[in-house]
Amino acid sequence: MKYIDDFRDPATAKALVARIRRDAGDHPVRLMEVCGTHTVAIARAGIRPLLSGAVTMLSGPGCPVCVTPDGYIDAAIALGRERGTLLASFGDMLRVPGKSSSLEKERGTALEVRVVYSPLDAVTLAAATPDREVVFLGVGFETTAPAIGGAIRTAAQRGVRNFSVLSSVRTIPEAMGVLAADPEVRIEGFLCPAHVSVVIGTDAYRPVAQRYGIPCVVAGFEPLDILLGISMLLRQKKEGVARVENEYSRVATATGNRKAQDLIRDVFVPCDTGWRGIGVIPGSGLRIADPYASFDAEKKFGNPVVFAPEGSACRCGDVLKGKILPVACPLFGKACVPEEPYGPCMVSSEGSCAAYYKYGP
Amino acid sequence: MCLGVPAKVLEASDGAAVVELGGVRREISVMLIDDVSVGEWVIVHAGFAIEKLSEEEAEQTLALFREIAESDEIH
Repeated sequence: MKYIDDFRDPATAKALVARIRRDAGDHPVRLMEVCGTHTVAIARAGIRPLLSGAVTMLSGPGCPVCVTPDGYIDAAIALGRERGTLLASFGDMLRVPGKSSSLEKERGTALEVRVVYSPLDAVTLAAATPDREVVFLGVGFETTAPAIGGAIRTAAQRGVRNFSVLSSVRTIPEAMGVLAADPEVRIEGFLCPAHVSVVIGTDAYRPVAQRYGIPCVVAGFEPLDILLGISMLLRQKKEGVARVENEYSRVATATGNRKAQDLIRDVFVPCDTGWRGIGVIPGSGLRIADPYASFDAEKKFGNPVVFAPEGSACRCGDVLKGKILPVACPLFGKACVPEEPYGPCMVSSEGSCAAYYKYGP
Repeated sequence: MCLGVPAKVLEASDGAAVVELGGVRREISVMLIDDVSVGEWVIVHAGFAIEKLSEEEAEQTLALFREIAESDEIH
Protein backbone atom coordinates (compact mmCIF):
# COMPACT_ATOMS: atom_id res chain seq x y z
CA MET A 1 0.00 0.00 0.00
CA LYS A 2 1.18 3.50 -0.81
CA TYR A 3 2.86 5.34 2.08
CA ILE A 4 3.24 2.05 3.97
CA ASP A 5 5.25 -0.33 1.74
CA ASP A 6 7.50 2.56 0.64
CA PHE A 7 8.78 2.74 4.21
CA ARG A 8 9.58 -0.96 4.54
CA ASP A 9 12.33 -1.50 1.93
CA PRO A 10 14.77 -4.17 3.24
CA ALA A 11 17.85 -2.83 1.38
CA THR A 12 17.41 0.63 2.88
CA ALA A 13 16.83 -0.92 6.29
CA LYS A 14 20.16 -2.74 5.97
CA ALA A 15 21.92 0.50 5.05
CA LEU A 16 20.36 2.27 8.05
CA VAL A 17 21.37 -0.53 10.42
CA ALA A 18 24.96 -0.27 9.10
CA ARG A 19 24.87 3.50 9.63
CA ILE A 20 23.56 3.09 13.20
CA ARG A 21 26.29 0.56 13.98
CA ARG A 22 28.97 2.91 12.60
CA ASP A 23 27.67 5.78 14.77
CA ALA A 24 27.30 3.73 17.97
CA GLY A 25 29.92 4.01 20.70
CA ASP A 26 31.71 1.45 22.85
CA HIS A 27 28.67 0.72 24.99
CA PRO A 28 25.03 0.32 23.91
CA VAL A 29 23.19 3.65 23.79
CA ARG A 30 20.02 3.67 25.95
CA LEU A 31 17.11 4.98 23.91
CA MET A 32 13.43 4.88 24.82
CA GLU A 33 10.54 4.45 22.41
CA VAL A 34 7.82 6.25 24.34
CA CYS A 35 4.85 4.97 22.37
CA GLY A 36 3.27 1.50 22.46
CA THR A 37 2.65 1.55 18.72
CA HIS A 38 6.43 1.96 18.27
CA THR A 39 7.00 -0.93 20.73
CA VAL A 40 4.91 -3.27 18.61
CA ALA A 41 6.44 -2.05 15.32
CA ILE A 42 9.98 -2.54 16.69
CA ALA A 43 9.17 -6.05 17.93
CA ARG A 44 7.35 -7.08 14.75
CA ALA A 45 10.15 -5.84 12.47
CA GLY A 46 12.79 -7.53 14.65
CA ILE A 47 14.70 -4.28 15.11
CA ARG A 48 16.02 -5.03 18.64
CA PRO A 49 18.23 -7.99 17.66
CA LEU A 50 19.46 -6.10 14.57
CA LEU A 51 20.83 -3.36 16.80
CA SER A 52 22.01 -5.53 19.66
CA GLY A 53 25.23 -4.28 21.25
CA ALA A 54 24.83 -0.86 19.60
CA VAL A 55 21.50 0.35 20.94
CA THR A 56 19.30 -0.75 23.86
CA MET A 57 15.68 0.13 23.14
CA LEU A 58 13.68 0.64 26.32
CA SER A 59 9.90 0.64 26.08
CA GLY A 60 8.13 3.59 27.64
CA PRO A 61 4.72 4.31 29.19
CA GLY A 62 2.99 5.07 25.89
CA CYS A 63 0.41 2.28 25.90
CA PRO A 64 -2.81 3.91 27.20
CA VAL A 65 -4.35 0.57 28.12
CA CYS A 66 -1.29 -0.40 30.20
CA VAL A 67 -1.15 2.80 32.26
CA THR A 68 -4.88 2.99 33.01
CA PRO A 69 -5.17 2.25 36.75
CA ASP A 70 -7.24 -0.68 37.98
CA GLY A 71 -9.53 1.79 39.79
CA TYR A 72 -10.72 2.95 36.38
CA ILE A 73 -11.75 -0.58 35.37
CA ASP A 74 -13.52 -0.99 38.74
CA ALA A 75 -15.41 2.29 38.17
CA ALA A 76 -16.41 1.17 34.65
CA ILE A 77 -17.67 -2.20 35.93
CA ALA A 78 -19.64 -0.44 38.68
CA LEU A 79 -21.24 1.91 36.14
CA GLY A 80 -22.38 -1.03 34.05
CA ARG A 81 -23.39 -3.39 36.83
CA GLU A 82 -24.84 -1.11 39.49
CA ARG A 83 -26.14 1.74 37.35
CA GLY A 84 -27.25 -0.39 34.42
CA THR A 85 -25.44 1.70 31.84
CA LEU A 86 -24.49 0.35 28.43
CA LEU A 87 -20.71 0.57 28.11
CA ALA A 88 -18.98 1.34 24.80
CA SER A 89 -15.26 0.73 24.58
CA PHE A 90 -12.26 0.26 22.33
CA GLY A 91 -11.67 -3.50 22.07
CA ASP A 92 -8.29 -3.60 23.81
CA MET A 93 -9.73 -2.44 27.15
CA LEU A 94 -11.84 -5.55 27.68
CA ARG A 95 -9.24 -7.86 29.19
CA VAL A 96 -7.49 -5.27 31.37
CA PRO A 97 -7.63 -6.44 35.00
CA GLY A 98 -9.29 -4.27 37.64
CA LYS A 99 -8.94 -5.07 41.35
CA SER A 100 -10.94 -8.28 41.11
CA SER A 101 -12.30 -8.61 37.59
CA SER A 102 -12.24 -7.34 34.01
CA LEU A 103 -14.86 -6.07 31.57
CA GLU A 104 -14.55 -9.31 29.63
CA LYS A 105 -15.15 -11.51 32.69
CA GLU A 106 -18.19 -9.45 33.72
CA ARG A 107 -19.57 -9.14 30.20
CA GLY A 108 -22.68 -11.15 29.55
CA THR A 109 -23.66 -11.52 33.22
CA ALA A 110 -24.82 -8.20 34.58
CA LEU A 111 -22.70 -6.10 32.26
CA GLU A 112 -23.27 -5.07 28.67
CA VAL A 113 -20.24 -3.85 26.70
CA ARG A 114 -20.22 -2.87 23.03
CA VAL A 115 -16.90 -2.62 21.21
CA VAL A 116 -16.69 0.44 18.97
CA TYR A 117 -14.11 1.62 16.42
CA SER A 118 -14.74 5.33 16.94
CA PRO A 119 -16.08 7.40 19.88
CA LEU A 120 -18.61 8.75 17.36
CA ASP A 121 -20.04 5.22 17.06
CA ALA A 122 -20.88 5.44 20.78
CA VAL A 123 -22.82 8.67 20.16
CA THR A 124 -24.71 6.94 17.35
CA LEU A 125 -25.41 4.00 19.68
CA ALA A 126 -26.80 6.38 22.33
CA ALA A 127 -29.00 8.14 19.76
CA ALA A 128 -30.36 4.76 18.66
CA THR A 129 -31.09 3.58 22.23
CA PRO A 130 -32.70 6.60 23.94
CA ASP A 131 -33.95 4.48 26.88
CA ARG A 132 -30.40 3.51 27.90
CA GLU A 133 -27.51 5.53 29.34
CA VAL A 134 -24.46 4.93 27.14
CA VAL A 135 -21.03 5.48 28.72
CA PHE A 136 -17.98 5.60 26.44
CA LEU A 137 -14.74 4.48 28.08
CA GLY A 138 -12.56 7.39 26.93
CA VAL A 139 -9.05 6.01 27.21
CA GLY A 140 -6.18 7.46 25.22
CA PHE A 141 -3.44 10.02 24.72
CA GLU A 142 -3.42 13.26 22.74
CA THR A 143 -3.97 11.31 19.49
CA THR A 144 -7.34 10.08 20.72
CA ALA A 145 -8.32 13.11 22.87
CA PRO A 146 -9.67 15.11 19.89
CA ALA A 147 -11.76 12.12 18.77
CA ILE A 148 -13.23 11.77 22.29
CA GLY A 149 -13.72 15.54 22.52
CA GLY A 150 -15.27 15.52 19.05
CA ALA A 151 -17.77 12.88 20.17
CA ILE A 152 -18.72 14.94 23.26
CA ARG A 153 -19.17 18.08 21.18
CA THR A 154 -21.21 16.15 18.60
CA ALA A 155 -23.46 14.74 21.35
CA ALA A 156 -23.92 18.26 22.76
CA GLN A 157 -24.78 19.69 19.33
CA ARG A 158 -27.23 16.90 18.52
CA GLY A 159 -28.78 16.93 22.00
CA VAL A 160 -27.88 13.31 22.75
CA ARG A 161 -28.29 13.57 26.53
CA ASN A 162 -27.99 9.84 27.32
CA PHE A 163 -24.30 9.84 26.28
CA SER A 164 -21.37 10.40 28.62
CA VAL A 165 -17.65 9.64 28.85
CA LEU A 166 -15.60 8.10 31.65
CA SER A 167 -12.43 10.02 30.87
CA SER A 168 -8.97 8.54 31.24
CA VAL A 169 -7.13 10.80 28.83
CA ARG A 170 -3.44 11.42 29.46
CA THR A 171 -0.72 13.64 28.05
CA ILE A 172 2.71 12.32 27.07
CA PRO A 173 5.25 15.17 27.57
CA GLU A 174 4.55 15.26 31.34
CA ALA A 175 5.30 11.52 31.63
CA MET A 176 8.48 11.96 29.59
CA GLY A 177 9.56 14.70 32.01
CA VAL A 178 9.17 12.30 34.96
CA LEU A 179 11.26 9.63 33.21
CA ALA A 180 13.89 12.15 32.09
CA ALA A 181 14.31 13.29 35.69
CA ASP A 182 14.62 9.74 37.09
CA PRO A 183 18.32 8.92 37.67
CA GLU A 184 17.59 5.17 37.61
CA VAL A 185 16.23 5.25 34.05
CA ARG A 186 19.19 7.05 32.36
CA ILE A 187 17.71 7.74 28.95
CA GLU A 188 20.10 9.03 26.28
CA GLY A 189 17.48 9.73 23.64
CA PHE A 190 13.71 9.72 23.18
CA LEU A 191 12.09 8.27 20.06
CA CYS A 192 8.93 10.39 20.30
CA PRO A 193 5.44 9.19 19.26
CA ALA A 194 4.27 9.80 15.70
CA HIS A 195 0.60 10.60 16.10
CA VAL A 196 0.64 12.24 19.52
CA SER A 197 3.11 14.63 17.89
CA VAL A 198 0.82 15.18 14.91
CA VAL A 199 -1.70 16.65 17.36
CA ILE A 200 0.52 18.50 19.87
CA GLY A 201 3.38 19.48 17.50
CA THR A 202 7.04 18.53 17.75
CA ASP A 203 7.86 21.74 19.65
CA ALA A 204 6.12 20.18 22.67
CA TYR A 205 9.29 18.17 23.42
CA ARG A 206 11.60 21.19 23.51
CA PRO A 207 11.38 21.54 27.32
CA VAL A 208 12.49 17.88 27.70
CA ALA A 209 15.39 18.29 25.25
CA GLN A 210 16.51 21.61 26.73
CA ARG A 211 16.00 21.00 30.43
CA TYR A 212 17.39 17.46 30.57
CA GLY A 213 19.77 17.57 27.60
CA ILE A 214 18.13 14.52 26.04
CA PRO A 215 17.89 14.35 22.22
CA CYS A 216 14.33 13.90 20.92
CA VAL A 217 13.32 12.64 17.47
CA VAL A 218 9.72 12.27 16.31
CA ALA A 219 9.50 9.25 14.03
CA GLY A 220 6.81 7.49 12.00
CA PHE A 221 5.67 3.93 12.76
CA GLU A 222 7.11 2.09 9.73
CA PRO A 223 10.42 0.21 10.07
CA LEU A 224 12.46 2.71 7.99
CA ASP A 225 10.99 5.61 9.97
CA ILE A 226 12.07 3.97 13.22
CA LEU A 227 15.59 3.15 11.98
CA LEU A 228 16.11 6.66 10.61
CA GLY A 229 14.79 8.11 13.89
CA ILE A 230 17.28 6.02 15.86
CA SER A 231 20.08 7.05 13.49
CA MET A 232 19.16 10.75 13.96
CA LEU A 233 19.28 10.28 17.76
CA LEU A 234 22.76 8.74 17.54
CA ARG A 235 23.99 11.57 15.28
CA GLN A 236 22.78 14.12 17.86
CA LYS A 237 24.60 12.23 20.59
CA LYS A 238 27.76 12.11 18.48
CA GLU A 239 27.57 15.86 17.89
CA GLY A 240 26.92 16.43 21.59
CA VAL A 241 23.63 18.26 21.03
CA ALA A 242 20.10 17.76 22.37
CA ARG A 243 17.37 19.16 20.18
CA VAL A 244 14.02 18.13 18.75
CA GLU A 245 14.10 16.74 15.22
CA ASN A 246 11.26 15.48 13.05
CA GLU A 247 11.61 12.38 10.89
CA TYR A 248 7.81 12.18 10.37
CA SER A 249 7.63 15.45 8.46
CA ARG A 250 5.09 14.02 6.01
CA VAL A 251 2.43 14.36 8.73
CA ALA A 252 3.79 16.01 11.90
CA THR A 253 4.64 19.72 12.10
CA ALA A 254 6.37 21.90 14.70
CA THR A 255 3.13 23.44 15.94
CA GLY A 256 0.78 20.49 15.44
CA ASN A 257 -2.91 20.41 14.55
CA ARG A 258 -4.38 23.69 15.86
CA LYS A 259 -7.99 22.64 15.24
CA ALA A 260 -7.47 19.48 17.33
CA GLN A 261 -5.71 21.48 20.05
CA ASP A 262 -8.57 24.03 20.16
CA LEU A 263 -11.08 21.20 20.50
CA ILE A 264 -9.09 19.65 23.36
CA ARG A 265 -8.88 23.04 25.12
CA ASP A 266 -12.63 23.54 24.69
CA VAL A 267 -13.77 20.14 25.99
CA PHE A 268 -11.05 19.26 28.53
CA VAL A 269 -9.00 20.86 31.30
CA PRO A 270 -5.64 19.55 32.55
CA CYS A 271 -5.64 17.71 35.88
CA ASP A 272 -3.34 15.56 38.01
CA THR A 273 -3.84 11.91 37.26
CA GLY A 274 -2.57 8.47 38.35
CA TRP A 275 -0.67 6.19 35.95
CA ARG A 276 -0.61 2.49 36.68
CA GLY A 277 2.83 1.52 37.89
CA ILE A 278 4.14 5.10 37.90
CA GLY A 279 1.91 7.05 40.30
CA VAL A 280 0.29 10.47 40.11
CA ILE A 281 1.88 12.80 37.55
CA PRO A 282 0.87 16.46 38.03
CA GLY A 283 -0.94 17.98 35.07
CA SER A 284 -0.79 14.78 32.98
CA GLY A 285 -4.51 14.11 32.71
CA LEU A 286 -7.43 15.70 30.89
CA ARG A 287 -10.77 15.89 32.66
CA ILE A 288 -13.98 17.03 31.02
CA ALA A 289 -14.46 20.81 31.33
CA ASP A 290 -17.35 22.23 33.38
CA PRO A 291 -19.49 23.43 30.40
CA TYR A 292 -19.60 19.76 29.32
CA ALA A 293 -20.11 18.38 32.87
CA SER A 294 -23.36 16.66 31.87
CA PHE A 295 -21.27 14.42 29.57
CA ASP A 296 -18.83 13.51 32.37
CA ALA A 297 -19.82 10.03 33.61
CA GLU A 298 -17.96 10.52 36.93
CA LYS A 299 -20.13 13.56 37.73
CA LYS A 300 -23.33 12.34 36.10
CA PHE A 301 -23.41 9.12 38.13
CA GLY A 302 -21.42 10.28 41.19
CA ASN A 303 -18.99 7.48 40.51
CA PRO A 304 -15.42 8.76 40.88
CA VAL A 305 -12.38 6.83 39.69
CA VAL A 306 -10.20 6.04 42.69
CA PHE A 307 -6.47 5.73 42.16
CA ALA A 308 -4.72 3.43 44.61
CA PRO A 309 -1.17 2.27 43.91
CA GLU A 310 -1.21 -1.49 43.45
CA GLY A 311 1.07 -3.85 45.32
CA SER A 312 1.94 -7.22 43.80
CA ALA A 313 4.78 -9.24 42.28
CA CYS A 314 3.85 -7.78 38.88
CA ARG A 315 6.60 -5.41 37.73
CA CYS A 316 4.68 -3.62 34.98
CA GLY A 317 5.54 -0.32 36.68
CA ASP A 318 9.27 -0.89 36.28
CA VAL A 319 8.75 -2.09 32.71
CA LEU A 320 6.72 1.05 31.88
CA LYS A 321 9.51 3.24 33.26
CA GLY A 322 12.19 1.39 31.30
CA LYS A 323 13.90 0.25 34.52
CA ILE A 324 13.73 -3.43 33.60
CA LEU A 325 13.06 -5.41 30.43
CA PRO A 326 9.93 -7.64 30.55
CA VAL A 327 12.00 -10.84 30.84
CA ALA A 328 13.35 -9.62 34.20
CA CYS A 329 9.89 -9.82 35.80
CA PRO A 330 9.48 -13.03 37.85
CA LEU A 331 5.95 -13.55 36.48
CA PHE A 332 6.85 -13.12 32.78
CA GLY A 333 6.01 -16.21 30.73
CA LYS A 334 5.08 -18.16 33.87
CA ALA A 335 2.18 -16.77 35.92
CA CYS A 336 1.68 -14.07 33.28
CA VAL A 337 1.10 -15.03 29.63
CA PRO A 338 -1.15 -13.42 26.97
CA GLU A 339 -3.86 -16.10 27.44
CA GLU A 340 -3.90 -15.54 31.23
CA PRO A 341 -2.43 -12.07 31.73
CA TYR A 342 -1.56 -10.89 35.21
CA GLY A 343 -0.45 -7.37 34.43
CA PRO A 344 -1.63 -4.78 31.90
CA CYS A 345 1.62 -4.87 29.87
CA MET A 346 0.75 -8.46 28.93
CA VAL A 347 -2.91 -7.68 28.20
CA SER A 348 -2.62 -5.02 25.56
CA SER A 349 -1.29 -6.04 22.16
CA GLU A 350 0.81 -2.87 22.45
CA GLY A 351 2.16 -3.78 25.88
CA SER A 352 5.90 -4.36 26.13
CA CYS A 353 5.46 -7.76 27.80
CA ALA A 354 2.99 -8.97 25.14
CA ALA A 355 5.34 -7.81 22.37
CA TYR A 356 8.31 -9.56 24.00
CA TYR A 357 6.29 -12.72 24.53
CA LYS A 358 4.98 -12.81 20.96
CA TYR A 359 8.10 -11.77 19.04
CA GLY A 360 10.94 -12.70 21.43
CA PRO A 361 13.37 -10.31 23.13
CA MET B 1 -3.64 2.41 20.27
CA CYS B 2 -2.29 5.50 18.54
CA LEU B 3 -2.21 3.70 15.25
CA GLY B 4 -3.19 5.88 12.32
CA VAL B 5 -3.55 4.70 8.78
CA PRO B 6 -2.85 6.67 5.60
CA ALA B 7 -5.96 6.78 3.41
CA LYS B 8 -6.88 8.51 0.17
CA VAL B 9 -10.00 10.67 0.17
CA LEU B 10 -12.57 9.33 -2.31
CA GLU B 11 -15.46 11.67 -1.50
CA ALA B 12 -15.57 14.85 0.56
CA SER B 13 -18.50 16.80 1.97
CA ASP B 14 -19.05 19.18 4.87
CA GLY B 15 -17.64 17.56 8.01
CA ALA B 16 -17.33 14.06 6.54
CA ALA B 17 -15.31 12.19 3.93
CA VAL B 18 -15.27 8.71 2.44
CA VAL B 19 -11.92 6.93 2.38
CA GLU B 20 -10.70 3.47 1.53
CA LEU B 21 -9.28 1.62 4.54
CA GLY B 22 -7.85 -1.84 3.94
CA GLY B 23 -10.07 -2.32 0.89
CA VAL B 24 -13.22 -1.14 2.68
CA ARG B 25 -14.94 2.18 2.03
CA ARG B 26 -15.63 4.02 5.24
CA GLU B 27 -17.02 7.38 6.25
CA ILE B 28 -14.78 9.38 8.57
CA SER B 29 -15.08 12.73 10.30
CA VAL B 30 -12.97 15.60 8.97
CA MET B 31 -13.90 18.05 11.73
CA LEU B 32 -10.25 18.15 12.90
CA ILE B 33 -8.72 19.28 9.61
CA ASP B 34 -9.13 22.15 7.16
CA ASP B 35 -10.92 21.72 3.84
CA VAL B 36 -10.03 18.38 2.35
CA SER B 37 -10.30 17.53 -1.34
CA VAL B 38 -10.80 14.29 -3.24
CA GLY B 39 -7.42 12.68 -4.00
CA GLU B 40 -5.66 14.07 -0.91
CA TRP B 41 -4.18 11.70 1.67
CA VAL B 42 -5.10 11.84 5.35
CA ILE B 43 -4.13 9.91 8.49
CA VAL B 44 -7.17 8.19 10.01
CA HIS B 45 -7.40 7.42 13.73
CA ALA B 46 -10.54 6.22 15.56
CA GLY B 47 -12.84 7.39 12.78
CA PHE B 48 -11.30 10.87 12.45
CA ALA B 49 -8.83 12.33 9.96
CA ILE B 50 -6.25 13.74 12.37
CA GLU B 51 -4.07 15.40 9.71
CA LYS B 52 -3.36 15.59 6.01
CA LEU B 53 -0.32 13.75 4.67
CA SER B 54 2.08 15.96 2.69
CA GLU B 55 3.03 14.05 -0.46
CA GLU B 56 5.90 16.48 -1.03
CA GLU B 57 7.40 15.81 2.43
CA ALA B 58 6.92 12.05 1.95
CA GLU B 59 8.85 12.23 -1.33
CA GLN B 60 11.68 14.12 0.39
CA THR B 61 11.98 11.45 3.09
CA LEU B 62 11.90 8.70 0.45
CA ALA B 63 14.65 10.54 -1.51
CA LEU B 64 16.74 10.64 1.69
CA PHE B 65 16.25 6.87 2.08
CA ARG B 66 17.44 6.28 -1.50
CA GLU B 67 20.50 8.43 -0.79
CA ILE B 68 21.30 6.44 2.38
CA ALA B 69 20.87 3.12 0.53
CA GLU B 70 23.18 4.26 -2.28
CA SER B 71 25.85 5.66 0.04
CA ASP B 72 25.87 2.36 1.92
CA GLU B 73 26.79 0.52 -1.29
CA ILE B 74 29.91 2.69 -1.52
CA HIS B 75 31.05 1.75 2.00
